[in-house]
Order: sequence, then structure tokens, then C-alpha cells
Amino acid sequence: MEMNQYLSIFIDEANDHLQSLNESMLRLEQSPEDIGIVQIIFRSAHTLKGMSATMGFEDLASLTHEMENVLDMVRNAKLTMNGTIFDTLFKCLDALEGMVQDVVGGGTGKADVSELVETLKAIVRGDLTAPGGAAADSAVEDKPIVATELLLDQFQMSVLEQSVDSGMKVFHVQVFIREDCVLKAVRAYMVFDFLEKNGEVVKSHPSVQDIEQDKFDRSFSVYYISRIEEDELRDGILRVSEIESATVMGVDRSSLAELDQSKEQAAMQQVQAIKQAASAAAAPASAVPAPKASAAPAKPVAQQSGGASTANRTIRVDIERLDALMNLFSELLIDRSRLEQLASEVRRNDLTETVEHMARVSGDLQNIVLKLRMVPVESVFNRFPRMVRDLAKSLDKKLELVVTGAETELDRTVIDEIGDPLVHLIRNSVDHGIEMPAVRTAAGKQETGTIHLRAFHSGNHVFIEIQDDGAGINRPKVLDIAINKGIVKPEDAKKLSDDEINMLLFAPGFSTADKISDISGRGVGLDVVRSKIESLGGRVSVTSAIGHGSIFSIQLPLTLSIISAMLIKLGSEKYAFPLSSIVETGSIRREDIRDLQGNKVIEYRKSIIPVVSLARVLDAPDYRDDEEKETEMLVIRKGDKLAAVLVDEFISQSEIVLKTLGKYLANQKLISGATIMGDGQVALIVDPNALIK
Amino acid sequence: MAEELKVIVFTLAHEEYGIEVDKVRTIERMVPITRVPKTPAFVKGVINLRGVVIPIIDLRGRFGLPESEPTENTRIIIVAANDLEVGFIVDSANDVVDIMSDTIGVPPEVVGGIKAKYLSGVAALGDNRLLILLNLSEVLNRSEIIQLEQMGD
Repeated sequence: MEMNQYLSIFIDEANDHLQSLNESMLRLEQSPEDIGIVQIIFRSAHTLKGMSATMGFEDLASLTHEMENVLDMVRNAKLTMNGTIFDTLFKCLDALEGMVQDVVGGGTGKADVSELVETLKAIVRGDLTAPGGAAADSAVEDKPIVATELLLDQFQMSVLEQSVDSGMKVFHVQVFIREDCVLKAVRAYMVFDFLEKNGEVVKSHPSVQDIEQDKFDRSFSVYYISRIEEDELRDGILRVSEIESATVMGVDRSSLAELDQSKEQAAMQQVQAIKQAASAAAAPASAVPAPKASAAPAKPVAQQSGGASTANRTIRVDIERLDALMNLFSELLIDRSRLEQLASEVRRNDLTETVEHMARVSGDLQNIVLKLRMVPVESVFNRFPRMVRDLAKSLDKKLELVVTGAETELDRTVIDEIGDPLVHLIRNSVDHGIEMPAVRTAAGKQETGTIHLRAFHSGNHVFIEIQDDGAGINRPKVLDIAINKGIVKPEDAKKLSDDEINMLLFAPGFSTADKISDISGRGVGLDVVRSKIESLGGRVSVTSAIGHGSIFSIQLPLTLSIISAMLIKLGSEKYAFPLSSIVETGSIRREDIRDLQGNKVIEYRKSIIPVVSLARVLDAPDYRDDEEKETEMLVIRKGDKLAAVLVDEFISQSEIVLKTLGKYLANQKLISGATIMGDGQVALIVDPNALIK
Repeated sequence: MAEELKVIVFTLAHEEYGIEVDKVRTIERMVPITRVPKTPAFVKGVINLRGVVIPIIDLRGRFGLPESEPTENTRIIIVAANDLEVGFIVDSANDVVDIMSDTIGVPPEVVGGIKAKYLSGVAALGDNRLLILLNLSEVLNRSEIIQLEQMGD
């Protein structure tokens, strides 16, 4: 089916809108008086409604429609936001998200939304300052106006008359859409878009809303005050694809007069119909369409201005294509280093210049290719404020989430995987970390607990930290549980350091919760978190102080496929060190190496740092540093710890392409990967973090 | 029903072994191998195979046979199984044969000094030739490597 090509667009955009709805709702909750935010929410909901209706997801559309009604009243100051309305709207967002997820999973996006719809309707009906007007409004919106002809009310008529009198070009335009068109509403929307840009739609039949919801046959017609000529208008409409024909007719005073007469007749019929219906809700039928019709065309415009700015500047690209681009670029880089090597051997000036230029260009290219794959962690973080709000409500805790470093960028593949582990950790902090408000007050803390969610770059890694100012880890209790559950043998328990006890939290089958809550505490979670993060090549650690809270820290590789590295030699072997972890290169004399309780150390910038013999650690077959009087060294850093690494010889600094060692050799502790050198040989990349204890 | 199997034949310490053709990616001549520290002795290191880094196992070492210096005939057979891509160093590889599945028998406990769990069967090739078929998923079983690595710690 041809719908498929629109489906992925629908899903992407629906997710964007849901995200922006969530964010805006949270902001609105902070400042409920800000009508500007309501406007944004309204626009997002409206667009979502239109999209869903077009794609035939009726439940989605009907729910957003009711939300829109509530929001409409809020922005027209007919309704003030309160806790119930917020909760209901948040529930609606969850339901919408569920439906969109269903669509993602290949489902039909159907869900029972009747309860939510009823609640929303109740909100619209109840506690109103101006019940009459609002009820009429919603009654009209519920029942699409069944206008059988393109009739104009007095207001529209006078607008047209004035326009004709003042010499403006007024047209009656009828547009037919091709029969085989799948998304009529989209095409119609494009026509309206064009019309709105070049003039003003006074009246359309069917109404703009009905057209957006696909409630029209193949044609629609409008009265239109144009700023452009008839031909230009016709061409513009026909340029929209899948439009079969467009009839443009000029309108003058006499044709308007004719219309007026027919209108009167129709009005008579309407009045009769209203009398027969004899319903109280049958509000002034002729008066209502006027503001409605004039308001309706305004909506697509607002929608346009919101969507176009992003739509024009970004494109969505399949991640696989980016991977392919990356792979091709890696090949190029390997050839580049080969060329550089050859050029230095050949020593011909113009060759060297060309190769140098190529190196510069590929350097720029590399920056772009890498940036393409980087996404700010914001896209993961932005769901947490909402989550923490909900958790806090359900646990009756008072909480504030402070997010910093959301702009920190990570490779797309890591971003995709890191969400769930973070959810687990944050839930854990909210549930187990932060105490109940009463307990906090008793402990002399602020009633509101704070959770800091931080992301930052350090070296070749990105760190994400979750810090709470809660109770901290009760280590004796952790030990008891671990012993009870057979995770630790009682005789080993005494030997464990504080950090090791903290890490027991990540052992499989561990849970400290006194009660099992539905937030966390089923004992599945933290061990899953650890294995997930380790599978991404990262690490988790915990530091905690009783009474002051805990910090869960996740260290993630940038998984940049290309890094700057220092190539070094150990006898006949070559290794690469990520440049990001190197503080300094230099050399030391053997007599400067001191022995401190069996550990080799040197004095470096007024502090004592350990010395690591790389040849010894890596069992180099044909080199040992202790035979040398003076040895080259790299000073490397991990967090705030430094170490001096002894090597044989520095080769050069170079951009290298990261390759894995293959699954068969996964989990190497000292080696984080491999790279292919200019001569086609493989050099291993040393993991500096493994060298610092 | 007897099915026909296409098998790559290689030699290891004068015995003939077979790996099904669809498990074999390519057969390469010896190339320089980069040693990977802290791995079992039979893991010789990694090579660059057209831009992909591939671990190399000395099959003699893997089966506990005495290792030998590479010769003119030494080959690296790149196999793919269990989601892994690995190269085997073998004494030589120069034949592809068709065998019928019903001629494959259960391997005896030890063939040519190799434990039966690494073998999936023995096929008669006529002319008194005996072809030993490898059980690749067992040969590539990582749990054994992990044990070996931990012993090394």
C-alpha cells in the first residue's frame, strides 16, 4: 500500500509532537498563566489531530480533538488550568503515546479512549465561566457543519463585497483531486497552503476542518481574495501533485448579489430545521459559522509556521546510510595514510602538496561525517522531567530534577541504547534514594529532594551521573541481603571494600526494597543496567555517603569510529593510545624512578604518580624498558588520576579508524580495539583506563 | 534421504579435515599477524582482511597438537559461524569434495589426537582417505577461551 511511504513520516512527526506536547505541558504546569504555552500545545495537538485523521487513526484523532477543545477554552480564558486538568491531559498524552507506539509496532493504533474522552468532555462541560458560549462551540465542533452549498453568511458576504468594491481580485475556486490520490487531505492542505500564502480564503466548502480530516469527496471550493492574477493562481494550484483540475472564476458584485438571494432561501430552511430540532443546544446556527469559518483558515497558517521552519532545514536519513558513509570514509582514511607514507618516500613536491591538500579536505570531511552521527543526549533526557514528576506524585515524594549538560553529544547508536538503563537508575534514585518528605524534614534536610542528572565529556568518554541527596546506601543492610541471597559468602563479606559493597547493588537477583513497589524493587533492574552499559563498552560505578545521598556514574565510550591517537612502538610491535587521555609526552631517566612500597613511582609536577611498564603489561616479546637509561613516557589521565606509561619510541600522532577485535576476542581488558595502519597492518589500541588502577 | 555436502578439505598434522563450504568465507595465504596480549596461546592475533579486523586461531594449537612454523602451503581459512568471524591457520587447503550425508559416521573418541566434541563426523572418501568433519560451533566456543583467560589472570 502506498500509505507506507507516509507512515514513517507520520510516526516521526507524531513522536516529535508528542515530545513537544510533553515538554510544553511541563512548562505550563510551572507557569499555568502563560497563554503562549497553551498556544504551542494547541498547535501541536491540532497538527497531530490532522495527521492522525489523514492517516485514518481515528482514536488518535478523536482524543486529540477533545484535548483541543479543552485547550481552546483555556487559551480563550474560558477555563483555568488546575491539577485535574493537568493530570487528565498527561494521561491523554500517555494514551496517545501508547497508540503511536502501537502504530510503530505495526498495529492499527486503536485503543479505548472513551473514558478519557468522557473526562475531557466533562471538563469542557463543567465549571465554566461562560457555559453558553463554550457549549455551543463544542456542539458545533462535534457535529461538522453540514453545509450542502457554498453559502456565505453576512459577515463573509460583506468582506467579499468590500473587497470587490475596493478593486481586489475575488475568485471562486473549485479544485478536483485525482481519484487515485491516497492522501487527499494532504493535497488539499498543500492547496490551502498555497492559497494562504497568496491571499485570503474567505469561505471554504467543505470546511477546512473537514478537509483536514478527510471528510470530503474529490473536490472542494473556496471564495478567495487573491493578491495574484487568475492564471498565476490556477498554475499554482495545478502545480500541487495529484490535482486533476482547478476552475477559477472571477467574482463581481452581480454574482455576489445572486449568491445573497440563494443564501436567504437557505437560511430560511435552516431556521426551520432548527425549530424542528427544538433542542436547547441548537445555538444561533447562522451566527456561529461566521467566527468559525474565519478562524479555521487561520489554523493551517499557524501550523505551517510551526512546521515549516524545521521541515525545510532538516532531512531524516536512515541510520544505515550514515553507517555506510562512515565505512566508506574509513576506507578513504586508510588509503590516505598509505598515500602520505608513499609521498614521504617518493619526495616529490607536487605529490606531497596534493596529498597534504587531500589530508586537509578529508579532515574537514571527517568532522562532518562524525557530527552527522552525533546526537545530543537531550533526546534521551527530555523524557525524564515528566517521568520524575509522575513518580514523585505516585510515591507522594517531593522532588526536583536538575538536568545539566543535555547538549553533550553521543553517537547515535549509544543514544538509542542508553535510555532504558537511565530510566532504571533514575527510578532507583527516586524510589530508594530520596526519602519521604517527613523523613527528610526530621533529618534536617529540605523537604524537596533533588536529583541531578548530568552529562559531560571527559577524555574519550562521556559521563552521565545521577546524583540524589537522599539517604545514601545502607551498606550493612546491603551486605546482609547479599549474604541472605547467597550473592556473597559470609566469610568473604568482611573483606569487601565500601565500593565493592556498593557494587553488590548491581549483582543479579539483588533488591534492598523493604516493600516491593511497582516503581523498582523487583530485583530486576540494576544488574540489567550494568550488563546493558557494559555491552555498550561502558562502566557503572556508585559512590555514596550515608545521609547525604549517592552518585551513580555511567562512563560511556564516544564510540567515535575515528579518533586522534598517538602511535608508539614496543620493539617490533606498534600500538595506538587515544590522544584524549594523554596529558603529556616526555622522557624519564631510570634513576628518577623510585620504589614506594614495592610500587614504581616518579615525581611529576610536584605529585607522585605510578609508573607503568607497558612492555611488561602487554608482555612485549622483544622489548623491555628496564634495560634503558632513559625511557620515553606518556603521562595519561583517568579522571583525576595520572600515571606515567613507559614506551619504547613515539612514532607519530595520527587519525585512526576504530575497528573492533571481533566478537571472538570481545572483553579484552587492556585493548579497546584495533586500527589499520597505512601499511595495511593492524595496530592495537591500548585502553588507558585499564592501566590506571 | 542422503544429501550431498560440499566440503573444503584441509590438512593438519597429516590428517584430512573438512568444513562445509557455506561456512567458509575465503582462504588466504599467510599474512603478518598482530599479536593480541593476554589471550590463549592458540590465538595468534588479528589480521586485516580487506578493512576488517579478524582474529586468527592456530588450529593445531586449538586442538592441542604441536605447533609448526608456517610454510609455503600454510593457509588461513576464514570461517563464519555462531555470529563469529575467525581465521584458522591450517597446514594446507587445496581441495573441495562432495560427500553424501549418509556416508558420514559417528567419530571415534579421539581422532588424530583431537577430542570427539570438536568433531561432527567422519566420512570415507574412497582410496582409503578418511575425512574428519569439524564441529565449528564447538571449536569456536568462547566459554573455553574465557576459562583460559581467567586462568591467565
